[in-house]
Amino acid sequence: MFPILLLLLPIVSALVLLALPGSISKRVALVGSILSLVMVLYALNTLRFDAASANLVYNQIWLSSLGSNLSFSIDGITMVLLLLTNILMPLIILSTFNREIHKPKAYLTFMLFMQSALVGVFMATDGLVFYIFWELALIPIYFICLFWGGEGRQRITFKFFIYTLLGSLFMLVALIILYQHTTNHSFAISDLYAAGKSMTFEQQAWVFWFFFLAFAIKMPVFPFHTWQPDTYTNAPTQGTMLLSGIMLKMGTYGLIRWLLPMVPEAVSAYSNTVIILSIISVVYASCIAIVQTSFKRLIAYSSIAHVGLICAGIFSYKAEGIQGALVQMFAHGVNVVGLFFVCDIIQRNAGTDTIANLGGIRSVNQRFAFWFLVIMLGSVALPLTNSFVGEFLLLNGIYQYNVWYAAIGGLTIILGAVYMFRSYQAIMLGTTSGNTLMFASLKKSETLVFVFIVFIIMVCGIYPKIILDISALDVLKMIMH
Amino acid sequence: MNEIIIVAGLGILTLLAEIFNFKKLLMPVIIAGLGATLLISILELQGSISNSAMDANVLSMLDFDRFAKCFVILLTVIALFWVLINYNYFLDESSRADHLALILFAMVGGYCMVSYSNFVMLFLGIEILSIPMYVLAGSKKNSLRSNEAALKYFLMGSFATGVFLFGITLIYGTMGSFYVYDVRAKTTATEFALTPMFTVGVVMLISALSFKVSSAPFHFWAPDVYSGAPTSVTSFMATFVKTSAIAAFIRLFYTALPFVPDNFSRIFVVLIVSSLFIGNIIAVFQTNAKRLMAYSSISHVGFMLIAILFFTQATGVKALYFYAAAYSITTLAAFMVIKIVAEQSEGNDNISAFNGLVKRNPLLAGTLTIAMLSMAGIPPLSGFFAKYNMLFIALSQGYFWLVILAILASLVGVYYYFKIVIAIFTGVSVSTSSIQISFAQKIILIILTLLIIGMGLNGWVFEMI
Repeated sequence: MFPILLLLLPIVSALVLLALPGSISKRVALVGSILSLVMVLYALNTLRFDAASANLVYNQIWLSSLGSNLSFSIDGITMVLLLLTNILMPLIILSTFNREIHKPKAYLTFMLFMQSALVGVFMATDGLVFYIFWELALIPIYFICLFWGGEGRQRITFKFFIYTLLGSLFMLVALIILYQHTTNHSFAISDLYAAGKSMTFEQQAWVFWFFFLAFAIKMPVFPFHTWQPDTYTNAPTQGTMLLSGIMLKMGTYGLIRWLLPMVPEAVSAYSNTVIILSIISVVYASCIAIVQTSFKRLIAYSSIAHVGLICAGIFSYKAEGIQGALVQMFAHGVNVVGLFFVCDIIQRNAGTDTIANLGGIRSVNQRFAFWFLVIMLGSVALPLTNSFVGEFLLLNGIYQYNVWYAAIGGLTIILGAVYMFRSYQAIMLGTTSGNTLMFASLKKSETLVFVFIVFIIMVCGIYPKIILDISALDVLKMIMH
Repeated sequence: MNEIIIVAGLGILTLLAEIFNFKKLLMPVIIAGLGATLLISILELQGSISNSAMDANVLSMLDFDRFAKCFVILLTVIALFWVLINYNYFLDESSRADHLALILFAMVGGYCMVSYSNFVMLFLGIEILSIPMYVLAGSKKNSLRSNEAALKYFLMGSFATGVFLFGITLIYGTMGSFYVYDVRAKTTATEFALTPMFTVGVVMLISALSFKVSSAPFHFWAPDVYSGAPTSVTSFMATFVKTSAIAAFIRLFYTALPFVPDNFSRIFVVLIVSSLFIGNIIAVFQTNAKRLMAYSSISHVGFMLIAILFFTQATGVKALYFYAAAYSITTLAAFMVIKIVAEQSEGNDNISAFNGLVKRNPLLAGTLTIAMLSMAGIPPLSGFFAKYNMLFIALSQGYFWLVILAILASLVGVYYYFKIVIAIFTGVSVSTSSIQISFAQKIILIILTLLIIGMGLNGWVFEMI
């Protein structure tokens, strides 16, 4: 019951929004996304007390000639991602309040369709359905970036599109190969798992690299990251939030659900290579972030560094690593949305996000400086913030795999502190420049977004058990098999 | 068989209309007649009407088996949509009855091509289809390019026909029969051995049919003819003619020469890969929408030929049928928009004519976008499922590298399809006046869009054949 409701609710609210006048469309979208959030919390409650509940599964016969059925289910791992998506959506929609947006109806409709597709990706338990939702998620974000993006958007969004499509087409080939090894010709995930295990090492290797290409491009991991900084910088603020906050997690989620349990031999043979790539992207992206002059680009590169660590932790194939990855996926989603919102406010008020041209905002707007400070501390993994738990567990997992990898990967915390503190210092402290002199005070809706984000950062940092408990059982089950 | 009789009758009626001057009534009669043809063909497929004397192997010439019946339905649907879309093509011209009659006779040719059981009938079908197309390609009498297109098409087409006839003759020489099932019996017998004469005959047949489906490297006529001919005729060539030709192609192996795809698989792999790459890569550099569609159709033929390579699989023919249906409906929709937009911009059918289309008419922009996304193979549109089926059968036969190449080629395809999408949404248009379309056109656009979206989402079309 829940899966289909979660899929349809955003679409229904998009249709309602299209039927109503444009002046209230933002509020309609907000109400719709809050309803989805309530639904997810309700599903979370069900999962807690009755993990085998029939309400968490949806099955419908669909293309029987192709061996594919519409099947979705919610378990602990999925739930973390659902929670993230549905907590972030109201915040992202709230961040459009008090903003002049060209054609708000179309903008919000695309965002809601995106939400539906993302939820579909996280819940799908059928290969073809997963692939279709995976691609569906790409279409709205492509149009969001194409219509509402900045200068040169045609070229940049196109590069982004081609890159991700390349990855997903190879994933399609991998899925077909797996399907052809199933005994009963079905795309059901359990059959695909069995098929993957029955394949020879060479076949597993092909499937592994095809899947990995798709996921690595989505995350992105070095050397497939070149689309990311331009796209993040160029997209409208909400597009960037969707891309970095939620869409990036499609890749890491895909690793956990579709890659690790699918081809175990290939995973154990190649995880070393993948972890090395991930560690390279951690260090490389952090170093590039340090020399960035634009704050938005700096956050984009920091995102590559964070996701690199998540990827390495997942491939350590330890319960700590995967649990840490899930917590960190949640934490990174919340923090990066907060950071991009900070960036959006700076850009609107100062007219620029070039770090050198800013300064002294704290003396003009102290409240804003406070919110920014907490979010920044969250993203550099200060103890008692959400990222700390995630990065600690991730490094723990990597440490168990190889001490040196953990040592080099741990640089992310130091380098992260370098670029975040330096930019905070340059932007918020010092003397005001002409750009920042007239920095306006925060609107109510903006404060509301910050309050929620900071609340989540603190709660998950002080009492991480609420996130860890959701997925603990399912992660253990996965590791055991 | 009934369909051939009805449509041929309609053609003769159209010629009479010119003489007896009831041209005003003509279009409704034709549309009703085509509707009746469609209805009858569906009932025949279901078995509600059966006339075994007329359907099963008429004089060893035509055989209306399930394959033929299904393709007749598809061809009739395409023709019906085509006539509805191009209603005004026949109203504006002075010699509309002639054009309409030519289209109807071409349809008869198409029906013969999908239902032949004799090489002679295949030849006749190709000629009945081609000769009206030569004339129609030049039907814009005052346009130099239209005349050029007609001449080019005629010269190269008749050359291909000659090659085809030569091929049939060589096969007749070795087999002693034109009847496909005789040939099949002889070629599948154990004592059969490939003789040089027979091999040359088969290669000639393959070349001639490759010309007809405009697969690379036999594609050189297609871009010039597509862009020179009137847009209505181009859309008929890209959909109806192409579907009949590809169906005739696969039927050749399905009925007469089942061993050929296996033994000649290298030829087919070359045809497939060169069509995919030549079509897609040259399309990238096109600025004219019709030329772009011509090259894109070459690449789609590359995909469709994959089915021929694996027609012995039960899914091979199904996959081809679905691909042809999805491709034809999508192409009809795309050409409908191209035609309407070109008429509004004084015949300019360059991609720049689509700049800012979304502001001028959102419905046209939406339909063309959906059509382009479908051709690019974005799920859940029908174009994705069509490509998916092809990749699937190729992988199931172990053609791993073919699949990788097909994927890379279709990524190139995404580039030019999105060039149009980007022009529609972000281009700055010269003219800001909105484009008015009639209520009937709106309905057709919406139906076509829904078909493009919905055809893949249920397995109905796929399972039909």
